Amino acid sequence: MTARDTIFAKICQGLKGELQDKGREKKVASRIAARFRHPTPGRVAGKSHEQHIALFKSHMLGQSATILDAASMADVPSLIADYLRQNNLPARLSMGDDAALASLPWSKEPTLTRKSGRAAPDDEVGLSHATAGIAETGTLMIASGSDNPVTINFLPETHIVVLEARDVVGPYEDAWMKIRARFGDRTMPRTVNMISGPSRTGDIGGKLVMGAHGPRRMCVIVVAG
Amino acid sequence: MVEIKTREFKSNARVALDDPQLQRALAGLPGGLVAQRTAARDKLPEFEDLRDVGRDIRDHTLAHVDLYLTEWETKAKAAGAYVHWAPTAADARAIIEKICRDANAKIVTKGKSMISEEINLNHHLEGKGFEVVETDLGEYLVQIRKETPSHIIAPAIHLTQEQVEKDFRRVHTHLPKDRVLVEASQLVNEARQILRQKFVEADVGITGANFLIAETGSTIIVTNEGNGDLTQSLAKTHVVIASIDKVIPTLEDVTSLLRLLARSATGQEFSTYCTFSTGPRRAGDLDGPENYHVVLLDNGRSELLATEMREILRCIRCGACMNHCPVYNAIGGHAYGWVYPGPIGAVLTPSLIGVKAAGNLPNASTFCGKCEAVCPMKIPLPKLMRLHRETEFDLGNVPRGFAYGLKTWAWFAKRPKMYQLAARFGIAALGALGRVKGTGAFKSLPFAGGWTKHRDFPSPQGRTFQQLWAEKQAGLDRPNVTKRAAP
Repeated sequence: MTARDTIFAKICQGLKGELQDKGREKKVASRIAARFRHPTPGRVAGKSHEQHIALFKSHMLGQSATILDAASMADVPSLIADYLRQNNLPARLSMGDDAALASLPWSKEPTLTRKSGRAAPDDEVGLSHATAGIAETGTLMIASGSDNPVTINFLPETHIVVLEARDVVGPYEDAWMKIRARFGDRTMPRTVNMISGPSRTGDIGGKLVMGAHGPRRMCVIVVAG
Repeated sequence: MVEIKTREFKSNARVALDDPQLQRALAGLPGGLVAQRTAARDKLPEFEDLRDVGRDIRDHTLAHVDLYLTEWETKAKAAGAYVHWAPTAADARAIIEKICRDANAKIVTKGKSMISEEINLNHHLEGKGFEVVETDLGEYLVQIRKETPSHIIAPAIHLTQEQVEKDFRRVHTHLPKDRVLVEASQLVNEARQILRQKFVEADVGITGANFLIAETGSTIIVTNEGNGDLTQSLAKTHVVIASIDKVIPTLEDVTSLLRLLARSATGQEFSTYCTFSTGPRRAGDLDGPENYHVVLLDNGRSELLATEMREILRCIRCGACMNHCPVYNAIGGHAYGWVYPGPIGAVLTPSLIGVKAAGNLPNASTFCGKCEAVCPMKIPLPKLMRLHRETEFDLGNVPRGFAYGLKTWAWFAKRPKMYQLAARFGIAALGALGRVKGTGAFKSLPFAGGWTKHRDFPSPQGRTFQQLWAEKQAGLDRPNVTKRAAP
């Protein structure tokens, strides 16, 4: 008997009553296939896309992130350069090979240098492209891959995230539909990060301190269109 | 398993009540979490309905846990995960030790995991020559003090900032002695620098899992610090340790549970980082672990399915029950003597290690019912504690004085007239005594010294509940008797 058999034998012992139900395999399969949605909070249900964007921004601000508005993707390099200058941060970005980010007009900002690849422990500014922004709680969803390596989200002290307004959704469930559309049914990228503001801890005397292990500051650039 | 000190609960509690340092640490903290939870609940009108949703999801999954585990396993393996099954704590320790050996590991980093406490993993791996580093700040504090967590989400809630400063000066001896560590942020920075180095050097990263998703074969961790993400992304090998009750059907289901988790735990609308991991790094990925193992622990949980204790398996480990518990707030977590403190511990600990060893814990309750009222999974904690009490009594596990007292009470309780007479006499005497003293509360009482040592006993108004009830029923409700709102 394998260890697995031992555990399953005990489970089945405990589920004697339930095991009488011959239809349970079907029930479980259809439950997974149906992706049944539980009630969606009223703060996002039935709200317009504009309302979702406004709610996303206000939640993000409440979580100590900075929000910058870009009229188009072409404005992103200048916004980043200004943000880094204003905050006295080095003009060096670590980023993956995300096609949308790579095709931005970087030549507009010649002082801004870019390093492509995973983040190194001493990289200071990371740049990512979000899969979705979730209005319900001001949460970014970032799918891992060579386009957006997961270390970019955690190692640099400053994390800048480009979020296209068309990728803002109301509830979490709509963000999962985007993941399914991109990766296929019942399939996930290696990592999906849901991120709501910079890293924090309350472990010392119950005081809230930003920048525990991950980024100390987060800047979300919301691109209209 | 971690050393079991549940039998010493009473003496542990006494020591805790007399520990000024601990009492200072407990003064504001669980209470602060209570206020934050209330505020978060009030901001989400659907919160109470979601508790029903959460309970139903967990009940449904537990009733089909064999099938959901199988679904999860199939999907996880298809994504490249190694899945290990561990019937006991010793099995889990051996599996993880072998993974560390196969990885030629020297340094093992670890995110917060109550299961790893349950199987005493650090102690085991250290004994085999591995350096284990806790990366959650609270867990790190507890580790350098050679203690155990005193709270399931705030492991160092028993420590004051001054204690942390002392410990850092004692342990981080390579840093300048005259460095300034006045602000909490300075302490956090120091830990950040030290642990950053460990993240980079680690060969194996171990995390827990808040949930497993059958739909996709994923595991989830929830943190605010990002330590779990650095633990699992930088080491070559990622080991997840989870108990078999953590499986959930779909992403929609898990999302509804996450709506409850952070609000119940810290009063945040959502934890800063919720991370879904599926298999090892993919072709083309630039980072992430090359090996991904999931160790699934039973350790007695499957045996609860057939019992009335099944409901405890709904727990999502938010800690709200302990934050709201008057007993936990008075004595902290260590007095409970094993991994899980507070009301959840008072039910789970005897369920896992036996009523014989841990029968004291369910007695440490006033049955105020607050834990059940705030539990996001609506676990009837007082009912389950009462069932453990019955088992303990049947085992003859109660001290003679206690059994005698209970029998005396039972004698009166079966004779309502005698009961009312005795109660009337007792309450009237206490009430009269209270009026003579004029303070409204007793600083000390005979036979109740243990109680009044740490708080005053409010003096009764002089009439029993039954008297007041009878008068109320008869329409003679006295105006000076304050009506209490329904709970």
